[in-house]
Amino acid sequence: MSEHILAAETKPWVKGTDRPFVRIKGITKMFGDLAAVKDVSLDIYRGELFCLLGGSGCGKSTLLRMLAGFETPTGGAIEIDGQDMTGVPANMRPTNMMFQSYALFPHMSVEKNVAYGLRREGVPKGEAMQRTADMLGLVKLDGFARRKPHQLSGGQQQRVALARALVKQPKLLLLDEPLGALDKKLREETQFELIRIQEELGVTFIVVTHDQEEAMTLSTRIGVMDAGRIVQVGEPREIYETPNSRFVADFIGSVNIFDGEVDVAAPDLMRVNTSEGPVMCEPVAGLTARQKLHIAVRPERIRLSRTPLEAANTMQGVVTEVAYMGNLSVYRVQLPNGQCLKVTAANGLHEDNPITWDETVHIGWSAAACRVLVK
Amino acid sequence: MKLRFTPIMALLGYLFLYGPIISLVVYSFNKSKLVTVWGGWSTKWYAELFANQQIMDAAKLSLKIAVVSASVATVLGTMMAMVLVRFKRVRGKGLMGGMVTGPLVMPDVIIGLSLLLLFVAMQSLIGWPAGRGLTTILIAHITFNMAYVAVVVQSRLSDMDDSIEEAALDLGASPARVFFDITLPMITPALVSGWLLAFTLSLDDLVISSFVSGPGATTLPMVIFSKVRLGVSPDINALASLIVLAVSIGIIVSALLMRQKPK
Repeated sequence: MSEHILAAETKPWVKGTDRPFVRIKGITKMFGDLAAVKDVSLDIYRGELFCLLGGSGCGKSTLLRMLAGFETPTGGAIEIDGQDMTGVPANMRPTNMMFQSYALFPHMSVEKNVAYGLRREGVPKGEAMQRTADMLGLVKLDGFARRKPHQLSGGQQQRVALARALVKQPKLLLLDEPLGALDKKLREETQFELIRIQEELGVTFIVVTHDQEEAMTLSTRIGVMDAGRIVQVGEPREIYETPNSRFVADFIGSVNIFDGEVDVAAPDLMRVNTSEGPVMCEPVAGLTARQKLHIAVRPERIRLSRTPLEAANTMQGVVTEVAYMGNLSVYRVQLPNGQCLKVTAANGLHEDNPITWDETVHIGWSAAACRVLVK
Repeated sequence: MKLRFTPIMALLGYLFLYGPIISLVVYSFNKSKLVTVWGGWSTKWYAELFANQQIMDAAKLSLKIAVVSASVATVLGTMMAMVLVRFKRVRGKGLMGGMVTGPLVMPDVIIGLSLLLLFVAMQSLIGWPAGRGLTTILIAHITFNMAYVAVVVQSRLSDMDDSIEEAALDLGASPARVFFDITLPMITPALVSGWLLAFTLSLDDLVISSFVSGPGATTLPMVIFSKVRLGVSPDINALASLIVLAVSIGIIVSALLMRQKPK
């Protein structure tokens, strides 16, 4: 397992010996009777690009606002670079934030917007202007310094907001849905731009997003939130391949879920009875017979064929829908009991006679492709 | 058949709104002493107007009261709006928010009477304000103007994106700096229109001023009203025309200023 040892050296969360840069310790935030954030604890390391991922109302933005100092936690404490942040107002924190709405100052030019933070810090005018110009170069906005925010496109405004948040060289940059307002193509370009800037400056980023693709592309690690709690923390691959609950499996990417109960827990293979028939999985320790659980299978792990397949799990169904996505196709296969499975397959070059609507097909997947979820 | 908005309709609308004012301006150039009889063109009533010391004094007093009360009310009303919109967790905020509109809906007679009673009681208790006059009119005008300014500024503030102020705070500006650097420039249009509204209301007020005024402090509306009771004299027409002119210039200038501002 030499690969693991190598990886641990560059991944402080695996190594576990470095002191975390941001420590969130049992943070709770109540709005009246409603708990927006419930007892969240999280360690984030220097240089990370950490994504808080969750649906709307899951508490991710509230958590970010508590880091910035805009909300006071009801309980718990936040530590940034070894300093306790309790009672430190937003204007005294070593953090800067990029807002979802960008929150540019509409009455100031791009240049004044970016230089504002430096001027408040007491940086002399000449130096502030120089650093502003450098930063505008970094986000590729030289030549726009004298424009007003409303004279810029959405993507340009977004980069001004980023420059303004970065120019003070904060220890920690907080980004609230940074790419939310951009169209798909611009969003993809900007994602890589963000990673480039983050690596160039070595700033620790915490990004809030509801877009799981964005989280996957950007982050070193993802914290998935649901109803005010962190439900899983891990690297994108970990979250995708080994989700720890039905919620995470369902939230990240698309997935087929079978609900069932343990039939026989043999040491080599476990049989689970589901309403779609028996499913064979790799055994999981600590399960007892008749225990209710879910099995998650990713659509790309299922093979699709006109001829019978050799696999631990095989079923037959009828294709009810085919969606051509270019690089791959998504098939909906209806099983005899009525449930539909999603199956994706890569599209080959010049494929003659591809599988199409109303065909009866064989599907199959290995025992290893099954992710057993108890929660 | 579809109804269409024809130029005739527009003309009728304008006539309805501005007909009385036009006739007033035309009659201010009437030579005849009788207001309703046309006796040829003349500007003599304007000359007479400027020679009338009583009217000139009243006009000066009214302008002074309007400027001072509008300015003070703008400051106080803005503070009030800030508290109502930006400050979370203020005790009795809901009640205050409701009460702020009180002077807007309360009949002038009641405001005037209650202020008069208050001033009389205060004088006998603490000796201030001594008698009725400029001070009491000012206090009264500031009181009701503040409510108007607060309402105007409040709506502007609640339209404003909170995160713009948070961004400034986040970049290291103290809360006071945020107010002067960010909030104030952004609500300036509301402050200007609030001030203009307060200025106009103060200049126009007859009822409340009559209640709280004393000898020696007679505002322009009070002079006009007392003169009109003895019969309309043509120099009042001239005065009214001048006021219309001043107001028109004010509106045109403020419209031009607003248009200059991007967005």
